[in-house]
Amino acid sequence: MTAGDLEVEAAPDDAAAAWAHVEVSRHPDRPYALDLIQRCLDDFIELHGDRQGGDDAAMVIGLARLGGHRLAVVANQKGRTLEERGRRNFGMAHPEGYRKAQRLFTLAGRLKLPVVSFIDTPGAYPGVAAEERGQAWAIAQTLEAQLALPTPYLAVVIGEGGSGGALATLLADSVMVLEHAFLSVASPEAAAAILFRDAGQKQHAAAALRLEAKNLLEWGIADEIVPEPEGGAHTDWEKTAALLRPRLEARLRMITERGFDPARRRARYRQLDGLFDA
Amino acid sequence: MSVSTAYTGVQANKEGSAFTCAACKATYPAAQVAGTLYVCPGCSHHARVGAHERIRQLADKGSFQEWDANLTGTDRLGFFDTRAYVDRLDEARARQQLPDALLTGSGTIHGFAAGLAAFDFGFLGGSLSTAVGERLARAIEHSAEAQLPFVCVTSSGGARMQEGVFSLMQMAKSVSALHELAEAHLPFISILVDPTMGGSIASFAALGDVILAEPKAMIGFTGARVITQATYEQLPAGFQTSEFHHARGLIDRVVDRRDLKAVLAQLLAVLAGPAGEIDQALA
Repeated sequence: MTAGDLEVEAAPDDAAAAWAHVEVSRHPDRPYALDLIQRCLDDFIELHGDRQGGDDAAMVIGLARLGGHRLAVVANQKGRTLEERGRRNFGMAHPEGYRKAQRLFTLAGRLKLPVVSFIDTPGAYPGVAAEERGQAWAIAQTLEAQLALPTPYLAVVIGEGGSGGALATLLADSVMVLEHAFLSVASPEAAAAILFRDAGQKQHAAAALRLEAKNLLEWGIADEIVPEPEGGAHTDWEKTAALLRPRLEARLRMITERGFDPARRRARYRQLDGLFDA
Repeated sequence: MSVSTAYTGVQANKEGSAFTCAACKATYPAAQVAGTLYVCPGCSHHARVGAHERIRQLADKGSFQEWDANLTGTDRLGFFDTRAYVDRLDEARARQQLPDALLTGSGTIHGFAAGLAAFDFGFLGGSLSTAVGERLARAIEHSAEAQLPFVCVTSSGGARMQEGVFSLMQMAKSVSALHELAEAHLPFISILVDPTMGGSIASFAALGDVILAEPKAMIGFTGARVITQATYEQLPAGFQTSEFHHARGLIDRVVDRRDLKAVLAQLLAVLAGPAGEIDQALA
């Protein structure tokens, strides 16, 4: 490839569009995981704790029904009020959160429950205590747990999909992305700081990273884009849930009916680039 | 190969006639520090070494057979930050004499055959590109196929921003490949050297059956500078060093580079040596 094949630096229009996408995904009135779980699933009952000494409120786990189906649920949870934002740590989990997710995968495997995950996190929490308790190890083990899960598994990116913290509950048999949600290797701010040495270049970084839902679909990282109400999910939670619920059920059915096998899930992530001959 | 790519961080001595320790600033003849495996003879600071040098230190002479020598990736996103990504790649390939930031192959370590992988921090910070992820996954699979234990020396800043979400997905790819090794009941020995950060330690590198680290290597999910900026927290003494993680049960042993080959051989003697009556029955 030569320099002539390169796209030039993202045009201002691209940067503005990419940034608008990020802003909608982070809108303070956007429905968070529990808002959608309460509207899309039936009989949701939350469980607590990683059974190793912690219960991270940034990661929610529980049991529910969807139509006639039993489910295990894992979700990143952001807070709405000042108090809740602190308690939920803005949706950024500590190692206890990822171990709580692992517990849910273990439980689902033992009880033969399909898993649905809801992803909405800026990323894993970047703090001293998280590092002291093995943040990287916790995420790595959660990746491993997902790829070994012996039951059908569906992931839905409902807002921010930030980095390794998002990946910890994303490696499903099928991935759905809400229209204004995104998945990125790093937050646009962090990417800008690394690439341009200037977090103020976040708009350019967002465009250059091509983090929007449509790209994830084009590349096969996501299988379906879930439409949002005109203007974004924050304008109408009921309608957002009404658009999501039937698609959740249809996807779960599709995963199960095509002959479910965790080896197929591992193959999906082994070959995801689509660049190399197997 | 010249000394200039054998170790990094010593800009003043690229000609290779002398070695100045980045920690204590003492200068030694290059030949002397080559003999101490680029560990400072005075203060024992471990200089970063490139992938070719790392393999030379660990594999028995003449035993290394490279895998997938021609496997490279592409600029999927057409990425341009302050420079074109393709130009950065070309420059790194020429300078480091590698197709990307990971060198893989088979070799023997004091006679024990193993699959080997070594990251090259001088190649765009040893970051995880699609090519690095593919080379790593194939090395793991080649090892499983050949019934070899797998040894990986990681020195990586984490994700390669210029490959966006494809870089992120290499974490999933590597863990998926490791499942094959585990199913074949073959050991994975993960060696963490300075630095091992972000997506690398949060995926394959943390999943070693045995995890070793060189002294005072920086290892962690989020770098210290970012943590300070994001949280204003005070960092404890020795934060994110090998010793820090070892004390918290996250790393099995901190091993001086000069002892690394012998420790690996000892591990392989147990894990890959002949089985006895009792453990044979478990096979």
